Amino acid sequence: MDTVRTPKEQQLIISASPHIRSDESTGRIMWTVSAALLPATIMAAYYFGPYAIFLIALTVVSAVGFEYLYQRGMNKEVTVTDGSAVLTGLLLGLNLPPTVPFYIPLVGSAVAVVLTKQLFGGLGFNVFNPALIGRAFLLISFPKLMTIYAEPTAQFVSMDAKTAATPLGILKLDGIGKLMEVYGDQMTMYSQLLIGNCAGSIGETSAIAILIGGLFLMFRGYISWHIPVSFLGSAAVLAWIFGGKGFFTGDPILHLLSGGLMLGAFFMATDYVTSPSVKKGQLVFGVGCGFLTMLIRLKGGYPEGVMFAILIMNCFTPIIDRSFKSEVFGAVKVKKEAAKQ
Amino acid sequence: MSAAGEEQISYWELIRNGILKENTIFRLALSLCPAIAVTNNLKNGFFMGVAVVVVQVMVNLTISAMRNFIHPRIRLPIFMLVISGWVTIVNLVMDAAVPDVYKDVGLYIQLIVAFASILARAEMFASKNSVTPSVFDGIGMGTGFFIALMIISFFREVVGKGQVWGIPIIDAKPLLILILPAGGFFAVGILMAAFNWMYAKYFSSGGHSH
Repeated sequence: MDTVRTPKEQQLIISASPHIRSDESTGRIMWTVSAALLPATIMAAYYFGPYAIFLIALTVVSAVGFEYLYQRGMNKEVTVTDGSAVLTGLLLGLNLPPTVPFYIPLVGSAVAVVLTKQLFGGLGFNVFNPALIGRAFLLISFPKLMTIYAEPTAQFVSMDAKTAATPLGILKLDGIGKLMEVYGDQMTMYSQLLIGNCAGSIGETSAIAILIGGLFLMFRGYISWHIPVSFLGSAAVLAWIFGGKGFFTGDPILHLLSGGLMLGAFFMATDYVTSPSVKKGQLVFGVGCGFLTMLIRLKGGYPEGVMFAILIMNCFTPIIDRSFKSEVFGAVKVKKEAAKQ
Repeated sequence: MSAAGEEQISYWELIRNGILKENTIFRLALSLCPAIAVTNNLKNGFFMGVAVVVVQVMVNLTISAMRNFIHPRIRLPIFMLVISGWVTIVNLVMDAAVPDVYKDVGLYIQLIVAFASILARAEMFASKNSVTPSVFDGIGMGTGFFIALMIISFFREVVGKGQVWGIPIIDAKPLLILILPAGGFFAVGILMAAFNWMYAKYFSSGGHSH
């Protein structure tokens, strides 16, 4: 057998069988997930230009920097190489509107890495998804700046982009009719939303790019289908039932393709630390996210609800995990009195 | 409670104890409701702090003066009566003197009745000590609360609004969240950590661990 690994803080890891070793490590998973976000980043570069890329880079660099500074300052082991800060920064960067001033990514990554992750004890102990708390903090602190969205330009020269409302913003304020006016017909709207030619946060607009990354992760086995499918499925069903004027007249495809639903379902809600680890629990988590998202989108004050939905469900993760406890491998059902001994 | 009876403790020690070692908000983590609710600007924090100082000192004075006449079995109702009496006085005075502040913090002034820290000092200190040390204890505990409120509300107003006492001082985009209730929790948490870090580093005399 291999020698027992003894990390600094916990002297021994004692766990129930089976003891299978694998080459997977936190670092490898984090870097792979970051790589899976590449298509979305490339589409962001194409539609929102160099400034968007600068924002993403700034968020990533500052997230890593804050983690390094905090861990050095607190005399802790520096773990920036495990890639979790990079992933947090990347997700936060992809969730910013493309025109925000440079200090917004700095504030956001400080909140995400230091307040949300490190103060709770570092990676694995945070209750909430760091990138989402960073974004929520920014949205509440800078409500104007964080809701100005630029029209995608698809060129690398224009710096002063025109501002535009997001599809969900239009849907909220002016209704479906106005949205049809903007895009012409339904198929054009779907295709534009699918490739990401619409206003929105830097990395959330291109549904197809996110889908590619998400399916890649699923194929590699890093995320299971449970959360994304239940999240998207419940959101779609609710959009279909309650999204329109009467019952069963809503447009589920529009709701699936717009806003941060894809990015949230594949990359945010599936965060290992803040989502349930039991499969049945993941289904409950996903349905809860979908329900809250549609509740906020259709009835709430904000046009988009993915962020708050995932954050609220993060609170329920421990209780979900406890209610769907996995059975111990190889255990035989015994009477309760016997089990107590 | 080191200040009970036998050992001699100077009045200065009593005050210091209330401000540092047993700071109501930062060390005992009591009365956090007003610490978050009224501290979104310095002015509110200041008057709330003053109200608490007055109530704490006067309650300690009253209880210690009549401590020999209170039957132990009914001491808590009597403490509550005394506290509510003084809170009512402060409440009415503030309503008359600073009506604009009272509009914001009035509810929390009335809530001083339910402050754990004030009842705790009446029970643990004033009912067991003579008048003078009780008054100094009240000054110490009240000032500790007052200082904590001032620190929190200064921090929140500067960072959340860019102002001090309503006067703009920084011309930059403020972090709006800090003057909202959610930001209150962030502010109290951060400042509590900073206070305890400073306390452990400069003021505690050994044998202390966090």
